[in-house]
Amino acid sequence: MPIDILMPALSPTMEEGKLAKWLKKEGDSVKAGDVIAEIETDKATMEVEAVDEGILAKILVPDGSENVAVNTRIGVIAAEGEDVNAAASAGGESAKPAASDPKVAQSAPPAAVGEAPVVAAPAKAETGVGSAPAQAKAYDASSEFPAGAEIVSQTVREALRDAMAEEMRRDGDVFVMGEEVAEYQGAYKVTQGLLQEFGPKRVIDTPITEHGFAGIGVGAALSGLRPIVEFMTFNFAMQAIDQIINSAAKTLYMSGGQMGAPIVFRGPNGAAARVGAQHSHDYAAWYSNVPGLKVVMPYSASDAKGLLKSAIRDPNPVIFLENEIMYGKSFEVPKGDDFLIPIGKAKVVRQGTDVTIVSFGIGMTYALGAAEALAKEGIEAEVIDLRTIRPMDIDTVVASVQKTNRCVAVEEGFPQSGVTAEIGMKIMEAAFDYLDAPVVRVTGKDVPMPYAANLEKLALPNIGEVVAAAKSVCYR
Amino acid sequence: MAVAARKSKAPADPKAAAKAPKARAAKGQAERGAPAPSNVTPFSKEEDLHAYREMLLIRRFEEKAGQMYGMGLIGGFCHLYIGQEAVVIGMQMASKDGDQVITGYRDHGHMLACGMESRGVMAELTGRRGGYSRGKGGSMHMFSREKNFYGGHGIVGAQVSLGTGLAFADWYRDDKTVSMTYFGDGAANQGQVYESFNMAQLWKLPVVYVIENNRYAMGTSVSRASAQTDFSRRGLSFGIPGEQVDGMDVRAVREAATRAIEHARSGQGPYILEMQTYRYRGHSMSDPAKYRSKDEVQRMREEHDPIEQVRARLQREFKVGEDELKAIDAKVREIVNDAAEFATHDPEPDVSELYTDILLEPAQG
Repeated sequence: MPIDILMPALSPTMEEGKLAKWLKKEGDSVKAGDVIAEIETDKATMEVEAVDEGILAKILVPDGSENVAVNTRIGVIAAEGEDVNAAASAGGESAKPAASDPKVAQSAPPAAVGEAPVVAAPAKAETGVGSAPAQAKAYDASSEFPAGAEIVSQTVREALRDAMAEEMRRDGDVFVMGEEVAEYQGAYKVTQGLLQEFGPKRVIDTPITEHGFAGIGVGAALSGLRPIVEFMTFNFAMQAIDQIINSAAKTLYMSGGQMGAPIVFRGPNGAAARVGAQHSHDYAAWYSNVPGLKVVMPYSASDAKGLLKSAIRDPNPVIFLENEIMYGKSFEVPKGDDFLIPIGKAKVVRQGTDVTIVSFGIGMTYALGAAEALAKEGIEAEVIDLRTIRPMDIDTVVASVQKTNRCVAVEEGFPQSGVTAEIGMKIMEAAFDYLDAPVVRVTGKDVPMPYAANLEKLALPNIGEVVAAAKSVCYR
Repeated sequence: MAVAARKSKAPADPKAAAKAPKARAAKGQAERGAPAPSNVTPFSKEEDLHAYREMLLIRRFEEKAGQMYGMGLIGGFCHLYIGQEAVVIGMQMASKDGDQVITGYRDHGHMLACGMESRGVMAELTGRRGGYSRGKGGSMHMFSREKNFYGGHGIVGAQVSLGTGLAFADWYRDDKTVSMTYFGDGAANQGQVYESFNMAQLWKLPVVYVIENNRYAMGTSVSRASAQTDFSRRGLSFGIPGEQVDGMDVRAVREAATRAIEHARSGQGPYILEMQTYRYRGHSMSDPAKYRSKDEVQRMREEHDPIEQVRARLQREFKVGEDELKAIDAKVREIVNDAAEFATHDPEPDVSELYTDILLEPAQG
């Protein structure tokens, strides 16, 4: 069967080129891989190789031809034993059917790419402008504490430690690795006692090489283990962010669902106190931008415990953002190994009717403080703790906004492209008609974190700013 | 189909091969007029036939992929393994079932060597639903948990930490398997490689680092990018043993791999193999390879081609006839043509696939 030689493309965007030179003559025998011609574009010269062995039966496009379209038949190879002349005149009965119809070969892939976004809008599409706003349903967190469970007072630090210890007892594939997590008992003592209980194989001190040990953690997760990778702070995870995003978050999709990374990256995030710009960055918005990740940022100790346990059991990569200042704060926590908080559900922590204040993590201290202050002035704020940044439980926020018709969003992170920017946009998409005032945000200032005490205070949000924002949307 | 039963190990016991007398091979090489005489352990006829067939499959597959790229059926990036076939085939001949393989973006050869189906690989290259990643990964991103192939990674050097993590899991489970972690001379300069070396040796992880030195990191020759061009020495400061291997000679690769894998499997930690190899094609399809001379490429093809070496040996030493070799060629060509045919006509993924495989559902309870 004679084989067509087609004008090749140097790149997906090339449409035509010059057939500069034939290096073989009609009648020459060729082997697969032999260079038989050279083609040129404005960018480069490329060699054309024979795709099969046989005799170059016919040259259809001569040396020096300009503007030869990609996939044009430029020659014919006759297979061994074939009549060269017959092959040349018959033309290639190509071994690869698509070649005989270059239009199909070229147009098929781009067509689908263009169509996809229209056809395949997500089932749970954002409510577009003009569509009737549906009544959203808030998540009911009232029964999260198991009935009859003993309630104890615990710090966030202790709650996180208990969450890890309980899950490590439950599943031998769970282990903790990071800097100073074992013998030193944790740079912030979050892993206190774990080495003593679980031994050095499951509580592993790493060298100070975030990029390397994050990648090792992801590799172990791809293999089916369930690593908890502690970053001494998420500022240092910048060294490792390639492995978090390119390897952990994307592999499930790139493998067509074959290979996921069940891994938790956790550690303190955001500003502590007087540690300067390189140790104060809040990365919630960064990770929340990435499909394939879940991003959790708890405020209370019970949420820290219940969410960390859920994160460890989750089959996906979870970014678990803690806060150094919160580690020592105490909250009520139910005892018991089966206490879980679902990832992706917000919590209404204070009921109110006049304005919705939504925040997460340490931002909740400003939200709750402001609600108390506002109450003294007769404004009843409903306060929502998002708890999970991605996937974001916007339904609970929208249900509240449909009641209060006003919203203030609060975070410590930077304003541009921040989590509060996303909240504002989502409210506009889902509840625009319910708003009696624009959504207002209170964020960290748009500056690297300063060291000086007075400047640092100015750079962070405060209760007064949230109160002022709430009043402004209430037009008071 | 024909490729289903692959990942077949060569019949002989690699351990025995490693201990076999070495003098004979040197004689064989000298007769052939190979430039560098070697003391490599010879292959049996069955081993040579196995290597020939496996390498030829990669060669023909890659030629076909190059051709289909030219036809516009394959998009984006496409990095061909032509010239380097002996590396992955020799390594696989020394490995055992359960050992893991991970590599960078020049990955088609590794997948075929792991026994992944030609159809599934080619259909992924064309972005079709029958591809290993259902068309969502492409040339650089394919995986097979079943065949212990962990990708297919597009970020240069990232697979080194990931492969060390696979070895960590082997160590954690104590299941006596080994991670074969491949990377190029270019990736060998990345920082995370040394972070991984350090932890691998510190914890004695069962990993063999296979540095495929094909002399060019994209268009930059090794001597222009590397202060230390002997890559086998790159682990010295961590105490990781290493050796340079003629990566164009599948027997030399198998022999060194046997040593390295045994070292890792027996709990002694990582091992570095610098495979001295050569890629005939450009870095990717759009690279005209102006940074090296045609003579250089031609010389490698004529004097060191990994497949021609085996073919010549089969004819000369094992008296395998032209007919038998042609039958193998025809069989390989049939597999590749079948894959190309499948990959050309297999439909693109359903549009609903856009939103699948982003997150897994957590198990209840």
